Amino acid sequence: MKTGHIRYSSLARLVVGIPYAWLALFFLVPFLIVIKISLSQTAIAQPPYTPVFDLAAGWQGLRSFFAGLSFDNYAFLGTDPLYFFSYLKSLQIAACSTLLLLLIGYPIAYAITRTSKRAQAILVLLVVLPFWTSFLIRIYAWMNILQHDGPLNQLLLLLRIVREPPAWLSTDTAVYIGIVYSYLPFMVLPLYATLEKLDDTLLEAAADLGCPRWKAFWLVTVPLSRPGVLAGALLCFIPIVGEFVIPDLLGGSRTAMIGQAVWTEFFANKDWPTAAAVAVVLVCLLVTPIVIFQYQAMRDSERSV
Amino acid sequence: MRKISALNLIVLGLGIAFLYLPIVILVIYSFNASRLVAVWGGWSLHWYSQLAGDEPLLQAAFISLRIALVSATAATVLGTLAAMVLVRFGRFRGRLLFAAMIYAPLVMPEVITGLSMLLLFVAVSVDRGFWTVVAAHTTMAMCFAAVIIQSRLVDFDKSLEEAAMDLGASPLQTFLQVTLPLILPAIAASFMLAFALSLDDLVIASFTTGPGATTLPIRIYSEVRLGVSPEMNAVCSIMVLVVGIAVIAASLLTKLNAVRGTPART
Repeated sequence: MKTGHIRYSSLARLVVGIPYAWLALFFLVPFLIVIKISLSQTAIAQPPYTPVFDLAAGWQGLRSFFAGLSFDNYAFLGTDPLYFFSYLKSLQIAACSTLLLLLIGYPIAYAITRTSKRAQAILVLLVVLPFWTSFLIRIYAWMNILQHDGPLNQLLLLLRIVREPPAWLSTDTAVYIGIVYSYLPFMVLPLYATLEKLDDTLLEAAADLGCPRWKAFWLVTVPLSRPGVLAGALLCFIPIVGEFVIPDLLGGSRTAMIGQAVWTEFFANKDWPTAAAVAVVLVCLLVTPIVIFQYQAMRDSERSV
Repeated sequence: MRKISALNLIVLGLGIAFLYLPIVILVIYSFNASRLVAVWGGWSLHWYSQLAGDEPLLQAAFISLRIALVSATAATVLGTLAAMVLVRFGRFRGRLLFAAMIYAPLVMPEVITGLSMLLLFVAVSVDRGFWTVVAAHTTMAMCFAAVIIQSRLVDFDKSLEEAAMDLGASPLQTFLQVTLPLILPAIAASFMLAFALSLDDLVIASFTTGPGATTLPIRIYSEVRLGVSPEMNAVCSIMVLVVGIAVIAASLLTKLNAVRGTPART
């Protein structure tokens, strides 16, 4: 590797430089700007915040830059219980739905591994296919089903399960259904990838030693599938916390998740610094799971090298 | 061949039904003649013919397709470079930050990505519109592309590249004639994923768009917020059909490629 590195160093610099510069400009810098703006005062102007640090202003500019920083927006988040409950609600919904996804996804992933190799390829394609159709369309499909005189209520009335059609839309139940439906592929795929690699002879050995099948499943398969469970859970949990479209279309006013808070502060209240502060706190909440995820991803990629 | 138990069969049946039934119901309702979505009024193509005259909707669809095409192309190129950096460049200074910048956007909530992009564009006072959405979508999609292509690069035999270099090929020649053909399926898959992500995205596009660049999801979202309508059922059905055909075609294509490639690999 070392010799190759030196041999094409000018080309190499370009290959590293282009994606590096792009990501720095469009991912890292914007993020620093968010932090900066979350620390600036709200202004009734266009854009609605006091300007970002101006290089031309020099030392004087730098001093006024630090003088202009304020933690008012964060203090504001602390005083208004609305935000606290939104964060709490988001974490709660994300945790519960991740658990639900695990309970639904694991049996599906396991069942896929029990079929023939040919069937497995088709089943994986079938699980992935809905992921390719638009997110918005999938949620909209559920709006159709869950509406007051929609197919679900018609079916329930027909089967005499309920007398009065229950209201589904604008409830937490609808949000959970939407989330589980949308994120199921993200849970099933990593689980399947781990379960598929498991050595069947381990189960045979357990059976030879007189272990009943359910016990072998619990003592052998489940512990060995831990990496898949972790990957699936993180892949679902993190984006669900910041979810916007699903609670907005399926949930009611009481299902205010934090993604909606950012959106409302930004588009409706035009309070950019508060929106930025809400976003920064959200990232801080997600940092631990993101670091775990990244560590896992890096370790996986290094192990396969 | 393993025998599949009845319980597993039921689980699979329920799982697949759960994934597909909502979409099937949506498509069926799009052919409903009745204005009231929930009342069945017989089969009809009325709502589809209605769409043909909906100028703003067609406009939005056209803009979305253009954004998706440009950003998917850029994302595939950048993602290929990034994957090469991750896999073939060993440990250089700044690799950790680079890897972090590749993986973090994959899990970052869209509202935050969108918000931060917008604040960047405002800070450098760029007029928001077509190109700002393209830049945002490219950034998001290149990370997915990098991860897909990386896994392919990790899989294949590095001695092929080394052999080419030993025989006097320059690094560029080696990449174009040995590496590129081998990772082509992953590149094609990345392009498709990037295209679909861009076509699908509502949140990031809402933040980064400007006047005259209303994408299809933004348009659909503003309609859908008001409730279910038969026209929207028809729009969504068309999108499902287009995407479904594209994905099935692509998977058949890669399967053909794989079948053709097998003897060479052994």
